[in-house]
Amino acid sequence: MAKISLKDLSHSYLEKQNSKADWALREVNIDWKDGGAYALLGPSGCGKTTLLNIVSGLLKPTKGTVLFDDKDITAFSPVERDIAQIFQFPVIYDTMTVYDNLAFPLKNRKLSESDIESKVKEIAEMLELTSTLNNRASGLTADGKQKISLGRGLVRSDVNVIMFDEPLTVIDPHLKWVLRSKLKELHQKINRTMIYVTHDQTEALTFADQVVVMHEGQIVQTGTPVELFEKPKHTFVGHFIGSPGMNILPCEISNGEINFSGQKIQSHKTIKKSNFKKTQIGIRPEFINFSNSGIPVKIKRVSNTGRHKIIDTESSGGNIKILSNSSKEIPSGSAHITFNQKYTYVYGDNWIIE
Amino acid sequence: MNKTINQKAWFFVIPVFVLVAFNAAIPLMTVVNYSFQETFGNNVFAWEGTRWFKQILLSERFHAALGRQIAFTFIILLIQIPLGIGIALTMPKKGWGVPVCLILMSMPLLIPWNVVGAMWNIFALPDIGFLGHSLNGLGFDYNFTQQPGDAWFTTILMDVWHWTSLVVLLSYAGLNSIQPAYYQAAEIDGASRWATFRYIELPKMKKVLTLAILLRFMDSFMIYTEPFVLTGGGPGNTTAFLSIDLVKMALGQFDLGPAAAMSLIYFFIVLLVCWVFYNLMMKNEAKS
Repeated sequence: MAKISLKDLSHSYLEKQNSKADWALREVNIDWKDGGAYALLGPSGCGKTTLLNIVSGLLKPTKGTVLFDDKDITAFSPVERDIAQIFQFPVIYDTMTVYDNLAFPLKNRKLSESDIESKVKEIAEMLELTSTLNNRASGLTADGKQKISLGRGLVRSDVNVIMFDEPLTVIDPHLKWVLRSKLKELHQKINRTMIYVTHDQTEALTFADQVVVMHEGQIVQTGTPVELFEKPKHTFVGHFIGSPGMNILPCEISNGEINFSGQKIQSHKTIKKSNFKKTQIGIRPEFINFSNSGIPVKIKRVSNTGRHKIIDTESSGGNIKILSNSSKEIPSGSAHITFNQKYTYVYGDNWIIE
Repeated sequence: MNKTINQKAWFFVIPVFVLVAFNAAIPLMTVVNYSFQETFGNNVFAWEGTRWFKQILLSERFHAALGRQIAFTFIILLIQIPLGIGIALTMPKKGWGVPVCLILMSMPLLIPWNVVGAMWNIFALPDIGFLGHSLNGLGFDYNFTQQPGDAWFTTILMDVWHWTSLVVLLSYAGLNSIQPAYYQAAEIDGASRWATFRYIELPKMKKVLTLAILLRFMDSFMIYTEPFVLTGGGPGNTTAFLSIDLVKMALGQFDLGPAAAMSLIYFFIVLLVCWVFYNLMMKNEAKS
């Protein structure tokens, strides 16, 4: 068990780096507390798996250091780091039984036969694998196999951190829920640091206490699911999290006043700086209301998802999506909308202005 | 579900049927024809029943040839399979080394079989061949044309040179299809190099190795051209494997009846071994 810190971590798969795009990871700094449940969230190719493999020791970073409990372990191998990792698709040893699969990491570490047996039985119980212990692992279903992969990580009591690299990709949707709650339950039971990599916001937000959102090799925001939703620090977080994502609209700032589509907008804070190449206003569809005055919009389409209505509207400054309760009446044709000031943010060059 | 039954579909099978008939069934039937009869040329035949089969099955000559054949196949499999896997494991997985290794490996496979025999014949000649001359120079009394042990050694060496590449290429393909996550998981599980080979690489190579063993069994069990050119079955009959012995009987002595019976017995042995081997492998597969 350990606190994990990443300091100024950068990684490139190329020998020489000429531009920003040659880096898979740029200037990553993270502190992960011991025993926490964390998620790395981002689209494919954002560098999250690279980051994970650097933490596990499968990759050596081009620059920067990895610290476990303030000890520099950048040069350590995965075995020396005492970590466990669960991969995207189940990795099992085909020729072994379920029992031997679970016992394999312990056998390699030369534990006594009786210790191995009690450990394996305990983990099998936890993962509901007891009845299949003597079966050949290759005969199991995908979720059964993924449970074995998981079990091989959990069976060692000394691991510093357990890492999951999109572990539910090959699992049937109805079993995803089961396995995900199992993971959450396990985290509470064994209280070990867990890092969960995914591109699925639901998975990340339900599993983790702290979510790290990555975009183009950089960390754009770290926070609780609520923080990510209510106050995105970067426009990417705004539209990546939430369904539908945040409305990001071009605006102009002069003398601390925000102008959007000919209207003055109040944001959550007064704006002082204004020397940006690009300024945008961000408002989640949840925080827009219809009113008698405000920004004039044309209503283009209303789709009912059952619990909500998603309203596509058009204003002179761009398209705006609005989310409203499905029981509410929606005006047709033209309407006026207002933004909830508390949740209206201004972004300068994609980063929040505060 | 109701399937439409249309017997006319059998007409589609006719081309294949004709093709197989002409390239396999009809030639085989002439052999069957010879195996039950005595012929004196001029298309005069006399019915002999199972006499030739009994004669072959009881003949010491056939037993000796079969014994040599089994020993040869067994030895080359024992050498080529582990050696092939070993070479495949050391081959690079990326970079310029890959095409270089692949081309080097496929070279022996591209050489016509009789050329392989001729090459090795010259290479191994005790007086002027590089191998033979060097061995004698090192103090070994080596002469593959005179000493049975040397003839066996040279034949096996030649076959290993010629065919190990096939095992290498198949194993290499098998190894390359293993996802990196398996190696990463093994690394994290603290597996030794041997354990990684035993529990990841070997099981994942099972299918290609089955194929490699089957192919090498069939080819080596039916080997003819290379030993014929290299040793001609000699000295004496010491390297006369089944095919060489068969040709001697059929064309050398013109004993067409016994030769036909021997062909069929030979054919059934190969068929039987392949069938048993394949079924054993598939049974294992079904279990898992």
